[in-house]
Amino acid sequence: MSIKNAAAIVGVGDVELEKGKVKDGQSVLQIQAIAAKRALEDAGLTKDDVDGIFVAGLWGLPGVGSFPSVILSEYLGIQPRYTDSTQIGGSAFEAHVGHAAAAIQAGLCEVALILYGSTQRSEKSRSLAGRPPVLTAQYETPFGLPSPAGSYAMAANRHMHQYGTKPEHLAEIAVATRKWAQLNPQATLRDPLSIDDVLNSPMITDPLHLLDCCLVTDGAGALVIVSAERAKDCRKKPVWVLGQGESHSHWSIQAMPDLTVTSAAQSGKTAFEMAGVTHDEIDVVQIYDSFTITVLLTLESLGFCKPGEGGDFISNQRTAPGGDFPMNTNGGGLSYAHPGMYGIFLLIEAVRQLRGECGERQVKDAKISLVNGTGGTLSSTSVVILGRD
Amino acid sequence: MAELKKPLPIPDGDSHVFWQGCKENKLLIQKCNDCSKHIFYPRILCPHCFSEKVEWVESTGKGKIYSYTIARRGGGPAFKDDAPYAVALIELDEGVRMFSNIINIDVEKVKCDLPVEVVFEEQEDFILPKFQPIFN
Ligand SMILES: [Zn+2]
Repeated sequence: MSIKNAAAIVGVGDVELEKGKVKDGQSVLQIQAIAAKRALEDAGLTKDDVDGIFVAGLWGLPGVGSFPSVILSEYLGIQPRYTDSTQIGGSAFEAHVGHAAAAIQAGLCEVALILYGSTQRSEKSRSLAGRPPVLTAQYETPFGLPSPAGSYAMAANRHMHQYGTKPEHLAEIAVATRKWAQLNPQATLRDPLSIDDVLNSPMITDPLHLLDCCLVTDGAGALVIVSAERAKDCRKKPVWVLGQGESHSHWSIQAMPDLTVTSAAQSGKTAFEMAGVTHDEIDVVQIYDSFTITVLLTLESLGFCKPGEGGDFISNQRTAPGGDFPMNTNGGGLSYAHPGMYGIFLLIEAVRQLRGECGERQVKDAKISLVNGTGGTLSSTSVVILGRD
Repeated sequence: MAELKKPLPIPDGDSHVFWQGCKENKLLIQKCNDCSKHIFYPRILCPHCFSEKVEWVESTGKGKIYSYTIARRGGGPAFKDDAPYAVALIELDEGVRMFSNIINIDVEKVKCDLPVEVVFEEQEDFILPKFQPIFN
């Protein structure tokens, strides 16, 4: 069973940031409401059209359960007939796209709203501390592994050991991504960046330097996905969901079968087969860049290159503006924004590229885009392939 | 200012035998009596074949470093004063992996595939399994 062409993204919305923070101390509910309204306006729809709601959040009311999807729906005045709060980390929103398309195809909803928001930067709520040492975390937290960076660092060290990958390779990714950010007025970091700058930035957890790690920012985003029938009446041209796949291989990096291969090997295969497109047909890719190593492992796992060849693949600024493999064109989690879970922003950028709305950073004639989300400690992945008429 | 205490394991139905073993300087892992595979962390059933016939066995305590990182800033405030220190995934000879710290070594010399052995270290009321290089 395939969801190909059953549904289209017709609206996207987000909020402006100032130095990585939302304006005027806005709350996590306020920014999601603004993003939702902008996405619906973009689509030419109203909130009364929405009958499916998809929310993953790290926020909630303190107490039993966190219920972000229910609280947010109440705040927005939406009573859905289809609801999904799948929470698998940063890749949740790519999963939501597939789930929404399936629900639409099954006739369970027609107009789905996917939402995310975080004010983690304003709240200063992030640290490198692990989770409380209960259940499966009791075998991890007592040893002081920086969370989550230490797990990604272990994957990087293993890749370097097996394949001879160098810190310079990882730095290439940060530098190319910064060049895209310089073309995006909304990006948090826009100063020029060199490979030496990355290698000379403070070591956080070997072999990952500060500039190998994503930003810690606020942010909010929204997507509107509708049936093919409803897409005909929308304000913007549809961006079709051609294929989607999802998986998770482990929670703790201790249980990851091979630290050099993510479950994008599976979720990507599913998405490619469903879409019926080849790697060569992808015009622009958005790959989750929580850390530089995340990108390198994902490109290999998706089959853009062979295992171990990721370092060579991204060399010579191949993924930068003007390169033949445009990637993370908004400046990525490394330089644009990373509000805890970043997956929805990859989708928003892919839609804007396919619509030709990206101004200076527009990839010429982009028709098909691949979006990959990665969550946890390389734990979950979801891949969406999008295309325009 | 309150002293920042390091997080210690909170034992449960899966783990209390493991932590008790550490107190007796034994590194206990599980083995499935149906598919013969070793298991870590401990579970009520085998994640390979779903058998409930899992039993505790003592590991040789020897293995090698599958991968590692050097925490330069510590994993949160309680570990800040210890930095830099090595956190590693140890692959035991029985084939399972576990987190630990590599001690009794210059952290700059920690590397993948380095042979290591368990050494038990007291931390408040707990004994944690740590690993050190095997010197031939
Ligand atoms: Zn078994």
